[in-house]
Amino acid sequence: MSDQSHSHPTPGLYLLILTALVIGTCLTWGIAFVDLGKWNPVVALTIAVIKAVLVILFFMHVHYSSKLTKLTISAGFFWLMIMITMSLSDYLTRTFLPQ
Amino acid sequence: MSTSQTTTSEHHPALAHQFDSMEQQQEASTFGMWVFLLTEIMMFGGLFTAYLIYRLKYYPAFVAGSTSISVSWGFANTLVLIASSFTMAMTVWAAQNGRRKTQVWLLLATMVLGAAFLGVKAKEYYDKWDECHIPGHVIGKGFNAWGGCSITDKSLGNIAEEIRDPNHHGNPNIPVVAAEQTAKQTEIFFSFYFAMTGLHAFHMVIGLGLLAWLLLRAKSGEFGPAYYTPIELGGLYWHFVDIVWIFLFPLLYLISRHQHGV
Repeated sequence: MSDQSHSHPTPGLYLLILTALVIGTCLTWGIAFVDLGKWNPVVALTIAVIKAVLVILFFMHVHYSSKLTKLTISAGFFWLMIMITMSLSDYLTRTFLPQ
Repeated sequence: MSTSQTTTSEHHPALAHQFDSMEQQQEASTFGMWVFLLTEIMMFGGLFTAYLIYRLKYYPAFVAGSTSISVSWGFANTLVLIASSFTMAMTVWAAQNGRRKTQVWLLLATMVLGAAFLGVKAKEYYDKWDECHIPGHVIGKGFNAWGGCSITDKSLGNIAEEIRDPNHHGNPNIPVVAAEQTAKQTEIFFSFYFAMTGLHAFHMVIGLGLLAWLLLRAKSGEFGPAYYTPIELGGLYWHFVDIVWIFLFPLLYLISRHQHGV
């Protein structure tokens, strides 16, 4: 927790992440052909987020980087979430109004 | 000043004079690269937001457009890009551990996989050209002077028929005019498809250029355990491009696939 800046991931860990990413990709592909109704895009995007987090934390070494870098990246994604959720909370709720 | 003769320690030739140490230099470089990548994330984020809004507004058209692109090629390309991210991560590892030859081979493998991705993308683009799915109805293999498509098996007219065809999970109760209207709206989907995958492919081309430059420097033995920052930053860029595709694949290729199959 205190100082991870000098530890580096090993090839074994990279292989593990690769396996997880391949499994995630196959899952996304397979589940796309199963009718889950409204949950299809939710499941697909959840798997995509998990894959992206694995890439960011381990392939991009954020897990081992300084608190300044971690905070900056978190702030960036927070801003991205503001853009997406605020825009969609408008468009998604327009149909809620009585016609 | 006067003691400079005695205190001059042997510093790495890659250490710029404004930094105290190699660690500080790498920390600053990584931080700067992330700030750049965050601006990239906001740029792609704008496209993703616009895509989501139009997908909600023209959902049946987006389903028709999405199911006309090949999910198998998209799936294969996702695996190719993930594999290239793995070899890129291993390149950084090889540089950190002073394995010069491994590092060069891994960089080459990353470039081959990246080129394979672009090759598949070119094939997919050609299919869209072939099927008259380029938005705007002015260019494409089968277009005549009136903007009509002479290839009818997969063109917009066919999409309109599929929307009504019960054998394609369509609904025959949808009026012909409405089906044709929906088929026209697939052009919005294809506009997003080409803008988003096009911008992504453009980043891949730049990434291949960066990798070629890193390959030359790695071959000359510039990178080792003490200095591998350019490899690390090139890797960050490459993984970022991978992440964009991780979201593009389910969003563009996998809308209501269960209704239509492969």
